[in-house]
Amino acid sequence: MLDRRRLLLGGAALALSGCKVFDSAGQGDSALRRLFASHEGLTRTAQRAVIGDRLAPEFSEADIAQGQRPNGSTDPQGTEYRRMAETAFRDYRLTITGLVETLTTLSLADLTALPSRTQITRHDCVEGWSCIAKWQGVPLGTVLNLAKPNLTARYAVFHCFDAIERSLSGEVFYYESIDLIDAYHPQTILAYAMNGAPLPVANGAPLRLRVERQLGYKMAKYVHTIELTDSLATLGYGKGSYWADRGYEWYAGI
Amino acid sequence: MPEGPLVYRQRLITRVTHWVWAISLFFLMLTGLQIFNAHPSLHIGMESGFDYDNAILTIGAREVGGELRGVTQVLGAEFDTTGILGVSGGEPRAFPAALTIPSYQSLATGRVIHFFFAWTLVLTLALWLAASALNGHLRQLIPSLADLRALPRDLADHARLRFHHSADYNVLQKLAYASVLFLALPLMILTGLSMSPGFNAAAPWLLDLFGGRQTARTIHFLTMLALIGFFAVHMAMILLAGPLNEMRAILTGWYRTDGDRNA
Repeated sequence: MLDRRRLLLGGAALALSGCKVFDSAGQGDSALRRLFASHEGLTRTAQRAVIGDRLAPEFSEADIAQGQRPNGSTDPQGTEYRRMAETAFRDYRLTITGLVETLTTLSLADLTALPSRTQITRHDCVEGWSCIAKWQGVPLGTVLNLAKPNLTARYAVFHCFDAIERSLSGEVFYYESIDLIDAYHPQTILAYAMNGAPLPVANGAPLRLRVERQLGYKMAKYVHTIELTDSLATLGYGKGSYWADRGYEWYAGI
Repeated sequence: MPEGPLVYRQRLITRVTHWVWAISLFFLMLTGLQIFNAHPSLHIGMESGFDYDNAILTIGAREVGGELRGVTQVLGAEFDTTGILGVSGGEPRAFPAALTIPSYQSLATGRVIHFFFAWTLVLTLALWLAASALNGHLRQLIPSLADLRALPRDLADHARLRFHHSADYNVLQKLAYASVLFLALPLMILTGLSMSPGFNAAAPWLLDLFGGRQTARTIHFLTMLALIGFFAVHMAMILLAGPLNEMRAILTGWYRTDGDRNA
């Protein structure tokens, strides 16, 4: 009798407490959070094992039923960015730096002159929604090869024009990273066009990343610099991306 | 009350995995509602309509006469659900704080806990399935032809709240447990995987099977409701059939049967 009563009372207490019992799991450094977050390595290893270098599903023109929904930053306010946007990004330069043999800068004209890939894919936001759009851009691998990555390079870090928040220490610009497995995947492109038109400002003009086998927040918009590195420890708070530093998974395949 | 002999009905592996699943499903449901709150609409198709409407359920908030009201739309019908859905505790949120983990809005935390227990559920299901295939438990769960012939009588007995306590599960029990273990939970896992852009590359056929990522998300939600339905009936049956005996069985494995009197 005691056992059952204790169990029922325990269950009722759990249900009535409005689940505040588990709120400590929201704190980034709690032991509970670290335990729960241990799934990420398992998820990444398991997904990598089953997907290999397979392609994300691609769709047909008929599946494009609406515009691409913009999310996150949609209108960067930095003076440099504003000036470039007003002149159709003629002065825009993409810089590839870090663990590379040749520090490389490319204009939008340089990028569009390279062989491109066009793909109609589904964009999945971490919030749960999806949107299908057509993307055209240069395979990231092509661009990285121009700069000749060192053998020690493991990650591509994307530095962006959009200040996603203002903190006490100043503006925090969006940053994201992927490893070189995803960087060299054929569908990973630096897109400069969307649905047959130049990439709109709301969707990341002049250049945004597409990593089709991961969630939307991995696909940095307004990219100005790609830095090759062997460690993410010194970037932001050390988790490898703006959102990973705020509790989301760095590997966002799920 | 049954007065026959005690029989050893559930093995240790069955009892342990039962409780691991109970805990996992508790967390999966409440973190799932947290995740749902980040985009409180269910759609049919490959994508979510923003410029067009393919939603079958939307939970939102709207200002009516200077007051924030919770509005739930189901298949075109609209309901004022202020206090529970759409608006609760004075703030706009689809499901209320009492039904989400964490209680406050945190998609990141909800996801981390959800996937932790998703893995726990999948791995313990696999363990249980392998063990049950070897120890014969699977055969006890799948209804036989004789069971199905006994279905009308079993239905009538349940309707009259006349429960038989025997070493074997009755046919309604078998059907209920088998549909959770072999239908609902696999459906949950497969629709969950269909929402993964990574897993989509491995198994694009899953998207075709369910009719697109957003339909899979909708099925994931509806199957959750079905599992809550199972839970309600499961609890009711335990209370009606003799909670002490039922709890002893799932905790220790030992179950008191009716014995010869009405076997």
